[in-house]
Amino acid sequence: MPRLSYRRALTRALADEMTRDESVFLLGEDIRVAAANVTSGLLKRFGPERVVDTPLSEQAFTSFATGAALAGLRPVIEFQIPSLLFLVFEQIVNHAHKFPLMTGGQCAVPVTYLVPGSGSRTGWAGQHSDHPYSLFAHVGVTTVVPATPADAYGLLVSAIRCDDPVVVFAPAGAMDLRADVADPAPVPLGRGVVRRAGTDVTVVAVGHLVHDALAVAGDLAGQVSVEVFDPRTLYPFDWDGLVESVSRTGRLVVVDDSNRSCGIAGEIIATVVERVRLLAPPRRVTRPDGAVLPFAPALDRAVQPGRDQLTAAIQLTVKDG
Amino acid sequence: MTHDPVRLYRTVRLIRRFEERAIELVRAGEIVGGIHPYLGQEGIAAGVCAALRDDDLVTGTHRGHGHVLAKGADPARMLAELCGRVTGLNRGRGGSMHAADFGVGVLGANAIVGAAGAILTGAVWARRRRGDDIVGATFFGDGAVNEGMLLEAFNLAALWRVPVLFVCENNGYATTMPVAGAVAGTIGGRAAAFGMPATVVDGQDPEEVRDATAAAVTRMRAGGGPELVEAHTYRFDAHHTFEHVVRLDYRPPAEVARGRARDPVAIQGARLPRSVRDAVDAEVEATLAAAVEYALASPAPDPAGALEHLYASGLTARTGGG
Repeated sequence: MPRLSYRRALTRALADEMTRDESVFLLGEDIRVAAANVTSGLLKRFGPERVVDTPLSEQAFTSFATGAALAGLRPVIEFQIPSLLFLVFEQIVNHAHKFPLMTGGQCAVPVTYLVPGSGSRTGWAGQHSDHPYSLFAHVGVTTVVPATPADAYGLLVSAIRCDDPVVVFAPAGAMDLRADVADPAPVPLGRGVVRRAGTDVTVVAVGHLVHDALAVAGDLAGQVSVEVFDPRTLYPFDWDGLVESVSRTGRLVVVDDSNRSCGIAGEIIATVVERVRLLAPPRRVTRPDGAVLPFAPALDRAVQPGRDQLTAAIQLTVKDG
Repeated sequence: MTHDPVRLYRTVRLIRRFEERAIELVRAGEIVGGIHPYLGQEGIAAGVCAALRDDDLVTGTHRGHGHVLAKGADPARMLAELCGRVTGLNRGRGGSMHAADFGVGVLGANAIVGAAGAILTGAVWARRRRGDDIVGATFFGDGAVNEGMLLEAFNLAALWRVPVLFVCENNGYATTMPVAGAVAGTIGGRAAAFGMPATVVDGQDPEEVRDATAAAVTRMRAGGGPELVEAHTYRFDAHHTFEHVVRLDYRPPAEVARGRARDPVAIQGARLPRSVRDAVDAEVEATLAAAVEYALASPAPDPAGALEHLYASGLTARTGGG
């Protein structure tokens, strides 16, 4: 079976969609030389008209993509740094996202915002290490965080085909993964997946943390039977899939690389307790409130959700009832 | 492109009377939230749009009724939109500041100052890429020339030679802030910095605006890059109708009187025989009477569908109730 890296899964998704649909084109900084090692080979294959290097004008090129989408194209923008999304939050939220409703359905804005290397890359410090997916779920922009190479391919393909704006966060912590993928296929937006079946507690893990959750579940095997649920899409969230899991296990722990206040973990817990009577209070493992990732590697790690914290949260939740 | 002085007069007169009727409807409580009247600036929208083709694209501003009407939107559906009716251009979802009519090339009024330039640049680029020889015109005020987003759009359009006419409606004030208190350098100088030709015109003269636009459009359609037109104008009324209730003291009465003395409707009207003018006026009154009747007779949208059109993909949002 062919080994597919997460990075090449993204490359292949872009190439396949550009081949399939003439209206798909790429826009971003240093994408012709593939500085982020995602758009590699695409300039040669598709030419400069469809692989467009931009000046450092994130606000303008993000709205430029909105306009191109209004005129019938399907732009994909690559952002090299996750915190650039703060700079273009206005362009995505206040324009791209709002146009269909504000115009009474006169238009669609099918733009994909791809962030390869979201979250900490260790050593990139305060302004290059954010993981702002919860912000986009909050405002109601379709938000996906693929954990595996197969999902990186399948969710990016579905994002490009979606008629609405979609933000694709490819976590730095997952970018170097490889997996056996026989036949990459589209993955539907809004559908989660149980990565490991269990009976005592459901752990919801976002993005690269899925792999930490699986490791912890393996370590705890014999003591606690952990089910790992990977939502894959944070907005729209697969509530029915998660409720089905938690209804069986009766316990919930969420591990989420967001700052604690108003992070997606809070929403996951709130929605589950609205629908399921739990056996024990739910717990979450997140970045701290208001976190800014400090530079030194030990400090950077100290601020991110870790396996020890997750293990402790699972054990406490099981002990509680 | 029309050289027809009667049609140009009809457009400025239509916008003038539309705004006056809309203000009446604000006072009557039929238009909630108020409007940013375009009174006094009619010559710019009329002149620019007279030099465009039906398939060319425009974007407007929060003070955008004139742009939408001049590009050819139906005044009745426009007024219905202002009144929040389901028959409105945006089905009652946009209102005064977001009126859009993609069918006549209006990609929306945009309520964020300086935001629309980049959107229009992308739309024109996309259409040109598929072989349409269209151009675009994006309207903005003097306040927008200090928005980084607009200056970034100048750069992109110039760099990629996207034929967008950047139309600055310099009415002297960003809300209450005078140009002298806000703009370092000049507006034309900003265009020059990006290698864009800039033309200064008298925005109160619809024909001068039209001729300057036509010359720019001819160059742009033939493969030239973007250009800027700075149209000097004067806002006859309030920044927003809230000023009809709360009077703000920022324009000296003598200045207002001087500004109002140069009226684009009168200037264009003086070019026509009295009988022609009277006939146009009567036709505009009849059109607007029918528009008001249509708007007020139209149903309000059903609250059950408040979030219809939120997602083009058909996604439905969770409701907010318990």
